[in-house]
Amino acid sequence: MCLAIPGRVVSVDGEGLLRTGQIDFNGIVREVSLSLLPDAMEHDWVLVHAGFALNVIDEEEAERTLDDLRRLGELGGGLMGGDEFDRRERADGNSNAPPDAGA
Amino acid sequence: MKYIDEYRDPATVKALVAELQRVVTRPWTIMEICGGQTHAIVRFGIDELLPDEITLVHGPGCPVCVTPIEIIDRALAIASREDVIFTTFGDMMRVPGTDKDLLMVKANGGDVRMVYSPLDAIKLARENPDKQVVFFAVGFETTAPTTAMLAQQARVLGLKNVSLLTAHVLVPPAIEALLSSPENLVQGFLAAGHVCTVTGFADYERFAVAYGIPIVVTGFEPVDILSGILETVRQLEAGQARVDNRYGRVVQREGNTRAWSVVAEVFEPCDRQWRGLGSIPMSGLAFREQWAEFDAEQRFDVGDIQSQEDPRCQSGLVLQGRLKPTDCPLFGVECTPEHPLGATMVSSEGACAAYWKYRPAAAVRSETVRDG
Ligand code: SF4
Repeated sequence: MCLAIPGRVVSVDGEGLLRTGQIDFNGIVREVSLSLLPDAMEHDWVLVHAGFALNVIDEEEAERTLDDLRRLGELGGGLMGGDEFDRRERADGNSNAPPDAGA
Repeated sequence: MKYIDEYRDPATVKALVAELQRVVTRPWTIMEICGGQTHAIVRFGIDELLPDEITLVHGPGCPVCVTPIEIIDRALAIASREDVIFTTFGDMMRVPGTDKDLLMVKANGGDVRMVYSPLDAIKLARENPDKQVVFFAVGFETTAPTTAMLAQQARVLGLKNVSLLTAHVLVPPAIEALLSSPENLVQGFLAAGHVCTVTGFADYERFAVAYGIPIVVTGFEPVDILSGILETVRQLEAGQARVDNRYGRVVQREGNTRAWSVVAEVFEPCDRQWRGLGSIPMSGLAFREQWAEFDAEQRFDVGDIQSQEDPRCQSGLVLQGRLKPTDCPLFGVECTPEHPLGATMVSSEGACAAYWKYRPAAAVRSETVRDG
């Protein structure tokens, strides 16, 4: 129900309650309401839930977290646990939910 | 895909698991509150990667699952009316009411439509001026702004044939109910990232102090979840209890204030019944008086309905984290997604559905144990 997925704003139209954007979800473009995100602009990455963009994704913060995690990997990683995960990930395929996969 | 693939990276997963193994010294019980996270955990086998000391219990964070059967029955009655187009998220179609579900209403000629967004109801209302379009508004704080916006847009557009049957629930009162229960075993919480996207997490700081419990805002991909668990365990091992945000790319402390103000304009908190948890004070959302014209409950008189849960289903215990789906004697035997006895078996966030979908071996195992 709280499934929300990232997409990129291609264009913006309208204003106020009726502000919308064309959002690119990995090649599939859908119209999404930007009424809850008055500051979202073209090229922003946004998190979309039930036809509404809920937040702009903070690219710098994302990079920072990933850098922290990579450092963790360099320090102590590679011991165990990942192989089982590898297998599952492959078995499951790349099933990123399409934008209309439900709520 | 950006913002997904890098959070499923096996090397990073491996490093996080190794780090967890390094820091954990004692048994800890951690609850993920959100059903979306439950599905990710079971799907990617995250629980199986964890050190033995760490137990994950699944929380009540599936709004479909906690919706009381009385509201489902009301939805079924409204959806059966000839003048109604009944719209809902796909999750609700197979949720069992007392004697049928929405799919059966549809098969019997009811106009029930699965929609992706509440705004689809606006479109339908404009295209069908001689019909009443009802949207079944189920969800947590993540979804509430989108349904509040449905009412707001309907008003701006002057649409008189739209209404909402609301069953919204709020997460913090449920967390508090779990923590204050004398039977509580949970020592740390993963807070639901997408709920916090809207509400922020200032509310949780009070709980962390009052109950001495770490609460970590966590995303939905394996790396997000493991990093949330790692932060929780680090705090537990160090005897700390504070709110930490491991989903900083989309969650800020104050949340999306615009989205939450739309909710506050249309709805007000009310006491709500949760399946499995009972009545929780101020844990639901009801229309404010100025918006009551959009309340489907008031618009459609469906008379007295006698509701009755299937007494065999133990989803109430599953929702409290006290029963694993695979320990339910009916799991995979009498209860499957095709013939569900409870909402937890059909909702895309229900714990029983997650085990059925991603742990077929567990289903077979429980069947052979019973047969043999
Ligand atoms: S397996 Fe079915 S009967 Fe058992 S608790 Fe889950 S939904 Fe209820």
